[in-house]
Amino acid sequence: MPKIADWLTTSDHKKIGRLFTGTALLVALWVGGVGLVAGLERMSPSSWGIVDADAAVQLLASYRFDLVLGVLAPLFIGLAVVAVPIQVGSRAIAFPRLAQFGYWTWLFGSVLVGVSLVANGGPGGGQTDMVDLYLMAMPLAVAGLLAAAVSVVTTVLTSRAPGMTLERIPAFAWSALVGASAMLLSMPVVVGTSIYLYVDHTHAKQAFGGNKAVLDHIGFGLSQPQTFVLVVMALGVLAEVAPVASRVRQPMRPAVLAGLGLVSSGVLGAVTQSSHQLSWKGGVADKIGSAIPWLIFNGLPLLGVLVVIGAVALSFKERVPRITAPLVFSLSGALMILVGVAGNFVATIEGADLAGTVFEEGVVVYLVAGGLLAGIGGLVHWSPKLSGRLLGGRMTALAPLGLLGTVAAAFPLYLLGLMGQPGGTLSGFTIDGPVGPLNLLAGAGMAVLVLVVLGTVATMLRTAVGASDDPWDAQTLEWSVPSPAPRDNFESLATVGSPEPLLDVKPQEVMA
Amino acid sequence: MTAALPAVPSPAPRRQVLVATVVASSALLVLMGGMLSLWLKFRAAAPVRESSDGLYMIKDWLPKSIKIPEVAANTMLSGFAFVVLMAQWAVYAGKRRDSTHRSLALITTFLVGLAIVNAQVAVWLKMDVGLADGAYQSMFYAVTGTMLALILSGIAFTVVAFFRSAGGRADDQQVLTAHAMYWYFLTAAFTAMWFVVYVQK
Repeated sequence: MPKIADWLTTSDHKKIGRLFTGTALLVALWVGGVGLVAGLERMSPSSWGIVDADAAVQLLASYRFDLVLGVLAPLFIGLAVVAVPIQVGSRAIAFPRLAQFGYWTWLFGSVLVGVSLVANGGPGGGQTDMVDLYLMAMPLAVAGLLAAAVSVVTTVLTSRAPGMTLERIPAFAWSALVGASAMLLSMPVVVGTSIYLYVDHTHAKQAFGGNKAVLDHIGFGLSQPQTFVLVVMALGVLAEVAPVASRVRQPMRPAVLAGLGLVSSGVLGAVTQSSHQLSWKGGVADKIGSAIPWLIFNGLPLLGVLVVIGAVALSFKERVPRITAPLVFSLSGALMILVGVAGNFVATIEGADLAGTVFEEGVVVYLVAGGLLAGIGGLVHWSPKLSGRLLGGRMTALAPLGLLGTVAAAFPLYLLGLMGQPGGTLSGFTIDGPVGPLNLLAGAGMAVLVLVVLGTVATMLRTAVGASDDPWDAQTLEWSVPSPAPRDNFESLATVGSPEPLLDVKPQEVMA
Repeated sequence: MTAALPAVPSPAPRRQVLVATVVASSALLVLMGGMLSLWLKFRAAAPVRESSDGLYMIKDWLPKSIKIPEVAANTMLSGFAFVVLMAQWAVYAGKRRDSTHRSLALITTFLVGLAIVNAQVAVWLKMDVGLADGAYQSMFYAVTGTMLALILSGIAFTVVAFFRSAGGRADDQQVLTAHAMYWYFLTAAFTAMWFVVYVQK
């Protein structure tokens, strides 16, 4: 009982982060199940009747909410809460109670969203009270994530170890800084819009078009380019573990940090609720006028992902990396994110006619599943500091399965989108082509991802405690303390002289 | 084996309250900015109708029956100007370790904050419109209600700053600065709202 109370009221950032990430993994299991059902239901255009036609609306709303605000956002906020304070050499996260409040608020809001959807509420729901509940719960869930983001950003800005300038902070801490800042500068718009919708829906029902139009107004918070902002930290995980696997100092480190910043430029589209379309109509001036914002809004994030992956590949060129589970997971995740961001680049070309098709859903699945893989990579990487467990070989074997699951879950949606299958519905469409097998494959891919998450959780629970202090032969401050990390992280704080402080004090042959 | 790095004495965290206030205020500024942008978007999309004298075409956004009490709205704006002055006075007094003036400044901030709340309630009562009466009405209450919630959080911040100050916390200068910063943010947000909602309507 005292142990449960400790978890419920903890101010230890590692426990708060584990609550976030653990819950996100649980939601991932549910999302995988929903994805599987959606795939099966879409196999036949007239629907198989697994899900009642009315319930399909709620199922898809749940899928969309849980993918983005149930899995992707809390997974990386949680990972940041876990890792950032200890990475920057702080004894605690700034405002731990705020981070804890953020977790419970997010959880409470997400549960209420779930309740509203089960009770025929949410976008397009038939129960007015439950639609109201959805509109009240959605900003609550977002506010919880934002509260934790404030803690993360403040920690990086105020609680760094002596000598650790912003240029010297670890790549993941940098990605947490820009990613969480971008969340704080974009997601309040979702909250504000939800407030308008809630007040209007509970009283006037005139301004925002009632329950059918809910997603028209707040759907941008669950789609691109908001999702770009949420995957910045996924790329940060890769930037963190790649030089560790290669046992070299990251070449062109500023380029990695700049690349992460470029991905977070997705905030421009997120805050303006727009994803600019490229129109090739009119004269040269019209074309240029359309191409410039399109490139800024959709091209910069793509360029950022390419820069991060390219710069990370340079560390592999310097020295062949060890094949570790964190590397394989995070690299797989980053590549999937690249395919997702590139897909969005294509989807925003007006002539491609992909708007409103399942192609857009494919982009979300690529980004979320890629983020999930990278997040698992991060959890495996920092597991020794979290729980004292070193998750080794078995996890490395799971990563290719995760990659396969992601491709199977998302790529068929790209193909179906090109064939014209409409998004936001499970039935009632008529298109030519192998609709059944492709939708089945997409559902099966989600089932494979569920297996990967289950395998990860099982491995975490079954691995014995006993990891050494620095099992990855790593470079940053968190690996200078015992595994698992003590409650206050550091007995005495260290002076940092470079971005890789541990390499500065390790024997020379390790660096060679 | 644990790597040994050169140890240093534990440094105090650097101005955490102030930085967190700036970060949170930035997010809240986006919240209000987003709400006002949506207001402008809806206003721009409102249908056009002929004015009662038949001379002009006007946007059918603000219902004819609604009169905005501009005196109360302007009083709120001047209240904000006074509040930030008082909050800054608290910072100045805090720097000089002048506890009497620091407390006086915070009490005045609190009272003027309450006066602003009172003025907002007066605006609502004088307008006497129903939430369910239409698009303008529901959006008006949503945006002004959100602003009021932020003002109440500012008053709560003032109360916390006062009790910490009255309790003799010698390390509270950054809390006073953060408190002033938050009221500056509230003033900026209200000024934008005042212009869009009360002046441009």
